[in-house]
Amino acid sequence: MSHPSPPHQPTQIVFGMPTPAEVVAGTALELRSQPVPPPGWTPPWTREEDEEEEEELELPTEPMTVNMGPSHPAMHGTVRIVLTVEGETVRAADVQVGYLHRCFEKEAEAATWTQIFPYTDRLNYVSPLLNNVGYALAVEKLLGITDRIPERAQYIRVIVGEMSRITDHLTCLGASAAEVGALTVFFWMIKAREWLWELIEELTGARLTNSYVRIGGVAADLTPDFAPRLRDLIRRVRQTLGEVESLLVKNRIFRDRMDGVACFSPQEAVAWGWTGPCLRSTGVPYDVRKDHPYLVYDRFDFDVPVGSRGDNYDRFAVRMEEMRQSMRILEQAIEQIPPGPVQIDDPRISLPPKREVYNTIEGMINHFKLIVDGIKVPAGEVYSYTEGGNGELGFYIVSDGTGRPYKCRVRPPSFILMQSLHKLIVGGGIADVIPTFGMINMIGGECDR
Amino acid sequence: MLEFLIEHTWLQALIKMALLILAFVMPLASLSTWAERRQSAMMQDRLGPNRAELRLGSIELRLWGILHFVADALKMVFKEDVVPARANRFLFGLAPILAIAPVIITFAIIPFGSDLCVGHAFEVLRDPASMCTSTIPLQVARIDQGFLFYFALASLAVYGTTLAGWASYNKWSLLGGLRASSQMMSYEVTMGLSLMGAFLIYGTLEPHAMVLAQGPTPSSWGIVTQPLAFFIFLTAAIAETKRAPFDLPEGEPEIIGYFVEYSGMRFGIFFLAEFVETIFLAAVVTTVFLGGWQVPWLYPDGFHLMGWTLELPHLAVVLIQLVVWSLKIIVLCWLQLLIRWTLPRFRPDQLMRLGWKQLLPASLINIVVTAGVVLARSGGR
Repeated sequence: MSHPSPPHQPTQIVFGMPTPAEVVAGTALELRSQPVPPPGWTPPWTREEDEEEEEELELPTEPMTVNMGPSHPAMHGTVRIVLTVEGETVRAADVQVGYLHRCFEKEAEAATWTQIFPYTDRLNYVSPLLNNVGYALAVEKLLGITDRIPERAQYIRVIVGEMSRITDHLTCLGASAAEVGALTVFFWMIKAREWLWELIEELTGARLTNSYVRIGGVAADLTPDFAPRLRDLIRRVRQTLGEVESLLVKNRIFRDRMDGVACFSPQEAVAWGWTGPCLRSTGVPYDVRKDHPYLVYDRFDFDVPVGSRGDNYDRFAVRMEEMRQSMRILEQAIEQIPPGPVQIDDPRISLPPKREVYNTIEGMINHFKLIVDGIKVPAGEVYSYTEGGNGELGFYIVSDGTGRPYKCRVRPPSFILMQSLHKLIVGGGIADVIPTFGMINMIGGECDR
Repeated sequence: MLEFLIEHTWLQALIKMALLILAFVMPLASLSTWAERRQSAMMQDRLGPNRAELRLGSIELRLWGILHFVADALKMVFKEDVVPARANRFLFGLAPILAIAPVIITFAIIPFGSDLCVGHAFEVLRDPASMCTSTIPLQVARIDQGFLFYFALASLAVYGTTLAGWASYNKWSLLGGLRASSQMMSYEVTMGLSLMGAFLIYGTLEPHAMVLAQGPTPSSWGIVTQPLAFFIFLTAAIAETKRAPFDLPEGEPEIIGYFVEYSGMRFGIFFLAEFVETIFLAAVVTTVFLGGWQVPWLYPDGFHLMGWTLELPHLAVVLIQLVVWSLKIIVLCWLQLLIRWTLPRFRPDQLMRLGWKQLLPASLINIVVTAGVVLARSGGR
């Protein structure tokens, strides 16, 4: 008996973009990763009998190299992508970051622990308060005072942090919508962001560079009418999100632009170190707030939205839902927030009240030493991580026991995400680069530091 | 004077062209640059441009910011005209002209009112056929080829954008030019085919005859007899104007566009051409689908509706028709602005799929069905 020959299996060769059906079936990447033609197969356009005709038919094409950025309308935050394109198809991409390098880590070594707060504002400049909180938590961890932070301060940190997360996502989604042509959505979202920033401005004194959080607490207590205004704000932002969804979610053009574009598998995402909404879009439910709760996040009831396909639409939808969850957290926080001080009661860490500074010699010396020498942080090293707007925002700090850090290193989420951008855009069209890049949400200040 | 005009039709045509372009199209195009910014601002909860004002002594003329287009035009004219170092200067200069000239010329075939009956301006036209011996058509060129002339000239407009992209010596603008040429050529096919059904029904290619064939009863207008063609043509024609959601050749955040190297008034001409095309599209849709200058139930001698009659002198009838024609065009321009600020942009492959796989078959089906109905109604003769 002869060995049965294997049934003939024509290898499927797929060109063009994945269809939603392929993406759902999970075959999109496989089909497009390496199309292997069966032996003896020739592309239809070369099956010409006459040699001369064939030469005429082949158009002489060669790949073109174009610079997308550093000065390009969609490259917000100054990044350069050197694209090798064949017609409209991207064949190779070289992502170059670093145009916004500001020596954050080196400058931090010359500043006192408290003076670094303004620098952290400029990391992810659409959610500065999240950076403030992340940095403060790192220093407090090294000081060993994490448990002694007053509860009210912790709640305030959660509130301003979640408000910043909403502004971050609003900016990201609005800008991405504008880049695929839906400019109206952009303005609606920026309008909502403006409401949030107005309230933040009232609280912190600044729209963007807040520097509101301090080591051991926050700079000032909530304004008297903060709670009712926040509730009203949440209602209006919810309404705006509903309007935005009505324009985009059922819009055929928008869905076609986003569905099944730039898919990433959960395995790849984890291997490339993705975190945040982008990781969750692939289906991995990792959220620092849930998995390693900090502050008072374990007291709130909120869900971690995850996607299923890891495409641009999932990244959009995950961010959309995260804003709703943030608003849920805000509502619970504003209900639960206890009265009390907002600064740790420790003269080695928090500044004395101004009345004492101006009227007593002890107060003045205390103030002087804290301002000039800085808070003395015991020697050691610590890595502290929080959920930033784009993912895990980590601070690795080393202290030699003085008032200034020996080393202050940031783990910026978007820098890690940018590593794999080329994998997402190669094979797609030039037009897909823009929404993909927008959904990665690279923030120059954070990525290049 | 009038007799001289009636005899010398070339002079008549020149005057009508000048009046149509300078008194209607250009002001409306300029106004729509303002309207676009203002309307988008309203849709986006912004104020939009509202500051430009004219100060004559103590009188401040603000007019909701309408004067912004004057300020814009002045800015464009006085800006430095930059030509890239290695650009082809001749083609670079030619491209904006090629972009705007065909559209303006094609306005010649658009009828904007019924024929003026010389000598009977203030009488009621009870019997137009015998009373009107000498007429002035309110249409620049009444040529039998009509819409063929339009298709021929419209296909020239693609050279403007393609040459602009190619002559600028910039890879992004080259990509934009290529996108423009593929897009405009693909959608021209659909555009032509979608009008075929209307040609079959009206039995003519001549716009004025088409308007007459539709008559003053709205139920016999093109939008009722050819609803599918109306939507196909509107879509394809918006693609021809290269405005969102079909603004791929510009594709501002993606490839910046075919006119990325243009500045000053040269850019201004591209900008204006876009709006002139918008108005032209509105004019064609009005002519073919919305009864042109026809006003519902307004006949040459006045209104007739359900036994109720209101007699009007000839001049009043023509004036009402002119106003209604303008209103139809303005509403269609407004509709285009609304679409432009609502929908996101297509991707090139999706655009081609929509054009060749959906709109083109739909327009072919429309032709076949219309032809069948026309044949059946004519009794197979």
